[in-house]
Amino acid sequence: MKPILAVLEGIGDTVLLLVRTLRHAPALPRQWPRFVDQCYQIGYATLPIVAILSFFIGGVLALQAGYSMSNFGAKEFIGSLVGLSMARALGPVMVAVLVAGRVGSAITAELASMKVYQEVDALVTMNIPPERILVLPRLAAVLVMMPVLAIIANLVGWFGGALVAHTVDFIALEPDKYFETLRRYTKFEDVSDGLVKAEVFGFVVVLVCCSIGLRTRGGPREIGASVTKAVVTSLILILVLDYFLTKALL
Amino acid sequence: MSTCHQTRNPFSETESPAVGVTCEQLSKRFGSLEVLKQIDLRIEPGEIFVLMGPSGSGKSVLLKHIVGLERPSSGKVTVGEFDAADATTRERVRMALVFQAGALFNSLTVYDNLALYPREHRLASEAGIREKVMRALQILSLEDAAGKYPSQLSGGMRKRVAIARALVMEPQLMLYDEPTSELDPVMAATISEIIATLKDEYHVTSIVVSHDRDLALNIADRVGILMEGRLAVVATPAELRSPADERVADFLNPKINLKQPRFRALAT
Ligand SMILES: Nc1ncnc2c1ncn2[C@@H]1O[C@H](COP(=O)(O)OP(=O)(O)OP(=O)(O)O)[C@@H](O)[C@H]1O
Ligand SMILES: [Mg+2]
Repeated sequence: MKPILAVLEGIGDTVLLLVRTLRHAPALPRQWPRFVDQCYQIGYATLPIVAILSFFIGGVLALQAGYSMSNFGAKEFIGSLVGLSMARALGPVMVAVLVAGRVGSAITAELASMKVYQEVDALVTMNIPPERILVLPRLAAVLVMMPVLAIIANLVGWFGGALVAHTVDFIALEPDKYFETLRRYTKFEDVSDGLVKAEVFGFVVVLVCCSIGLRTRGGPREIGASVTKAVVTSLILILVLDYFLTKALL
Repeated sequence: MSTCHQTRNPFSETESPAVGVTCEQLSKRFGSLEVLKQIDLRIEPGEIFVLMGPSGSGKSVLLKHIVGLERPSSGKVTVGEFDAADATTRERVRMALVFQAGALFNSLTVYDNLALYPREHRLASEAGIREKVMRALQILSLEDAAGKYPSQLSGGMRKRVAIARALVMEPQLMLYDEPTSELDPVMAATISEIIATLKDEYHVTSIVVSHDRDLALNIADRVGILMEGRLAVVATPAELRSPADERVADFLNPKINLKQPRFRALAT
């Protein structure tokens, strides 16, 4: 019973945090420097690793598809397969997982330590709502950065696939043909549906990580526990949401 | 004491009325631990009230009730005419709390720690803010620390930054949690002078939690001693020089007795 109550309480607090934060949304222009800083943090933390991972995911997709499809003489469809898989399924999830690991964990650690060392209390006594300066800029920044990261993941993944398909001996597919099928079968909606997914994942991850950070009580040990909890919760939510969003966007 | 005085802070041109604080039957428990037990206390507008008491007696918890960081288990705290537990009270009354541990923003420099409040509330132009912040830093001999981060400061410097940050807020009600505990005697005297000046010239109400007897006896209008969650005495400094209550007398002037050490008595 107790764990269930704790989960429900966590959900309740997170929804409340969202409502309170949205109430401060008109103050966003005044939080501009913090917003820009958070955009930079999110981009800086995740861009290199997003690029590396999506390159290899695209490559692996092409390799696996090439191995199976060259037997059927259907290897030019590698392009459409990599294109669709990256845009609809793998790109958004991969970016979200990386954001949870690199950005979410850092957010929870920072907010939890601010909470534990009474910095959040200090903000409250100064009549500066923590939602306004701590949560709002981060939520806004992730909404801006997720599509950017997802598009980069798609492009790099597509090129990774093309490179592998071209250079591996038993596939040896011309990039022209690869991109021809990629263009033919990957529609604008496929990419935009992927971006919607990425947007939802990123928003939920940052919200949950802020909420868990601000709910921390105790000392240094609890900061660590909060970070672990935030990352695990984020990963579960990404995969569960992925299922439902995929169904909804089919 | 009359309530028609105006508070004005050395940092501010605007005037706002002084506020008093009232605790009515205030009780607070954490689980099974009863920290505050039915406290009744009236602090007048513009008064300096010093709160003393043994470690763990609930002084910090009492301050947190006044700024609304804790809610009473029962009873009520009123600031001015507003309920302290109400979030809107902080918009109506300007209060500043100097936290016992400083509670500085670790990701901001000393300068930005002080500038945060006026910036967020748009109290002045950036130049005006700079002037206020530098003046507060000067008063507490912190000019050289402006560009440093809290982690680069000594304990006493952090305390002074916390006090400076509260001064910049130009509060009507100032709460200090052990402002002089980490300071050298001269700096401690400076803090006492600041508190007294804020009262005399600007009519700021001050509530000071302190173990510093010099501070209490020199600048307090009244001193309260909190023991085991109750106010054992509330008296003027003059009355406290010869307290009637034996526990209070021993608390204020403990004799160091090497023949019968207290810790031995406690251990048996
Ligand atoms: N958030 C909390 N949860 C549980 N117990 C608490 C909490 N805050 C304070 N207490 C307890 O309340 C009691 C009073 O604490 P408080 O911090 O007010 O003491 P204090 O009088 O300020 O002592 P000191 O002079 O050492 O600062 C202590 O026993 C403490 O353990
Ligand atoms: Mg204390």
